[in-house]
Amino acid sequence: MEIPYTTEPRKDTGLFNAKLGIWLFLASEVMLFGALFSSYILLRIGAEPGAWPHGLLNVPLGTVNTIVLIVSSITVVMAWASLKMKNFGNFRKYQAVTLVCSLCFLGIKSYEYNDKFSHYEVQLNDGRVVDGHMVEKSADGFTIHGHYVDKAEAAKVTHAWQEHEIKHEEIKIKNSDVKYKENYGPWHNTYMAIYFTLTGLHALHVIGGALVIAFLWGPGASMWKTDPERYTNRIEVSGLFWHFVDLVWIFLFPVLYLL
Amino acid sequence: MSTQASSHALPHAAHAAGHHDAHHEELGFWRKYVFSTDHKVIGIQYGITSLLFLLFGFSLMMMMRWSIARPGEPVPLFGPLLEKLFGDVAAKGVISADLYNQFGALHGTIMVFLGVVPLAFAAFGNYVVPLQIGAIDMAFPRINMASYHVYFWGGVVMLVSFFVPGGAAQAGWTSYSPLSTAIQTNGQAYLLVGLVLLITSSLLGAVNFLATIIQLRAPGMTWMRLPFFVWAQFVTGFLLLLAFPPLEAAGIMQLMDKLAHTSFFLPTGLSIGGGHISGGGSPLLWQHLFWFLGHPEVYVLILPAMGIVCEIIANNTRKPIWGYKSLVYSSMVIGFVSFIVWAHHMYMTGMGTKISTFFQTTTMIISIPSVIILTCMFLSLWGGSIRFNTPMLFVLAFLPMFGIGGLTGLPLGFNFSDLHLHDTYYVIAHFHYVVAPGTIFALFGGVYYWFPKMTGRFMSEFWGKVHFVGSIIFMNLIFMPMFVQGMAGMLRRMSDGGINYSAAKVPNAIGGLSDHVIYLNTFVSFAALGLFLAQLPFIFNFFWSIRNGKKVTSDNPWDATTLEWQTPTPPPHGNFTKEIRVYRGPYEYSVPGAKADFTPQTQA
Repeated sequence: MEIPYTTEPRKDTGLFNAKLGIWLFLASEVMLFGALFSSYILLRIGAEPGAWPHGLLNVPLGTVNTIVLIVSSITVVMAWASLKMKNFGNFRKYQAVTLVCSLCFLGIKSYEYNDKFSHYEVQLNDGRVVDGHMVEKSADGFTIHGHYVDKAEAAKVTHAWQEHEIKHEEIKIKNSDVKYKENYGPWHNTYMAIYFTLTGLHALHVIGGALVIAFLWGPGASMWKTDPERYTNRIEVSGLFWHFVDLVWIFLFPVLYLL
Repeated sequence: MSTQASSHALPHAAHAAGHHDAHHEELGFWRKYVFSTDHKVIGIQYGITSLLFLLFGFSLMMMMRWSIARPGEPVPLFGPLLEKLFGDVAAKGVISADLYNQFGALHGTIMVFLGVVPLAFAAFGNYVVPLQIGAIDMAFPRINMASYHVYFWGGVVMLVSFFVPGGAAQAGWTSYSPLSTAIQTNGQAYLLVGLVLLITSSLLGAVNFLATIIQLRAPGMTWMRLPFFVWAQFVTGFLLLLAFPPLEAAGIMQLMDKLAHTSFFLPTGLSIGGGHISGGGSPLLWQHLFWFLGHPEVYVLILPAMGIVCEIIANNTRKPIWGYKSLVYSSMVIGFVSFIVWAHHMYMTGMGTKISTFFQTTTMIISIPSVIILTCMFLSLWGGSIRFNTPMLFVLAFLPMFGIGGLTGLPLGFNFSDLHLHDTYYVIAHFHYVVAPGTIFALFGGVYYWFPKMTGRFMSEFWGKVHFVGSIIFMNLIFMPMFVQGMAGMLRRMSDGGINYSAAKVPNAIGGLSDHVIYLNTFVSFAALGLFLAQLPFIFNFFWSIRNGKKVTSDNPWDATTLEWQTPTPPPHGNFTKEIRVYRGPYEYSVPGAKADFTPQTQA
């Protein structure tokens, strides 16, 4: 009494159960991210003219992360192909690269998150606005590495590299001078909100995928000895999920960093 | 239930845990009833949990009906209990507007997400679909178990939300922003977390059902030999798979609005409790995402019910179902078109006449396959020698009730007539006719019909008929007057039943509600009490018959053709004791020249 088609494909569909399952699951994932991308479009269309921020993110870092994920996608396929060729050693090597890539991606992503959380916009009681990164805090005030924003200048800055041309300085601010202070978290504006939601959800997918791949690479690998075909199928299924996660990033990168 | 299990059925578990010695081991209580991977046990878990939630959701409405009929008066019998549980919002046993809103939001959410969908899709689907396609279990038994457990905890989170400071969600089951974010309670966050859990459970279920139907059909069970119930579940599975994720996305965004103070759905210039918000969001975006799920959801509610109706009609008319292929193709068309009708819930938002016209057109188009399905069901009765047993009575009542529900939907689908009827009691009457005497009657029919397979005993026919007669009378007494109230302009979601808009209180108001309309509140509330009493025979009958019902004399007590009746009663773990091969279509009743008036699908 075994459930049929757990490893061998069914003739008329050409699929084993788990492969069909993961494709169906990915269809629902498309709808999940599709809804968020649609929300992005609608929010951006609905924004006040000129209010949608540009250049808040670091394009070189985003590019590196894109390359990292593409490399991991290649190694995932190579790992599966190695198993198909009965070469377990190569599989281990390729999949190790995948795991290193996923850690690398998450590391860069958390650096970028931290950069946003330490980036402040401070409105002073005298009407001026300071924009920059928190350097140090003391009991009665804090220091920001940044600049005073003037409206005309802010309008000209549409890209991160222009931001670098503005002279940054250490600005000491007393708590008593501050009217309102806010960092660039999701609460800062709708762009930051959708940025954190989309990339956060994507990061959860990366973590989930990496955990599965790591399990199959480590403790789960004992199945290679008992049931190699089924084990290879598992690698294929986890790989399909990993490709999807990469694909989402391929859309996220231009939408959030470049456009 | 089966007492024996073999580890072969759980290859994942056996391999992962290395329990190779688990062959024919007696399973303990927990593995057998709580952490079971058997689709039949999971189906029954879903069934009992969702029936309890239906009862609970109904009780909430009983309290609300009291508040509508007798605003400001303490609830009889339960007043002190309410005060004890909820404190100030139920001071002196009176349901305050806040508590009314909590009950209202949770009534809708519980009935839809924790009651009807799990009962129609997960409970009946789990128990019946693998049997009807000749499979030994679902494709992914452990995911199936996870699906139930996630559903259960989603329900727990919803219930807990009543007791957080500020109380449960108060913005209706639709959770429209910015109202839902502005109300100062974390109950809304609990509702959203619960919703995300329920959606996750539905996704796991949907993937599992689709994979099972596609992969595990027995040899010879071609697509056009599937019972219509399986087809209905198949289309429903796709709706759940593709329509629910946008609501999950919306739920995550509203959670961000609530907890991380983003402004996805909060417009510029809004002030919430004096706090700073960035603004720039769009309230309409929430409605679009919500109804993108919301409308396919309607068909998630109705399609499995239609599946059950076809099974029971064919069996009790002793005739093939009329227009099997039309039914199949119509349900597919419904599935596709249901994704492009959602904004007919939003005519009043000012999204523009062009968009309204588009959605009005698609809405009229989707009524065509619905009418085809209903017509096929009616025509199936023609010339049959009908057996009027309890399941058949419920199913026969489904036809006109769903008809009323469907036809009264047309004025809501046209944007010009919707302008008057929008958000009135007319809407409530319309969709309750579809879901309550419609879907729930079909589900009752299903319970009476498959009960002998699950337990080996019939439910009492006498008490079944008492249940039926009481239910159909009181259902109509509840919902028919609501059409009148709605057309008179009485709005929904009012804890005082519209008394502040009555002609008696505001003598010169244009369109003030007449005494007659206000009186109907009391009438409907008594009818609701009657409906509650009419369910007692069912509850009694259900539990009493498990041990004391009339025993079945064969594995196929209704003389049915489909595969679930080819199993032992109740089916053991693994379902079938013989090789299953399918030779014919699902409804070969009264075939000329055949020995009996039914020819099972397995007969060569």
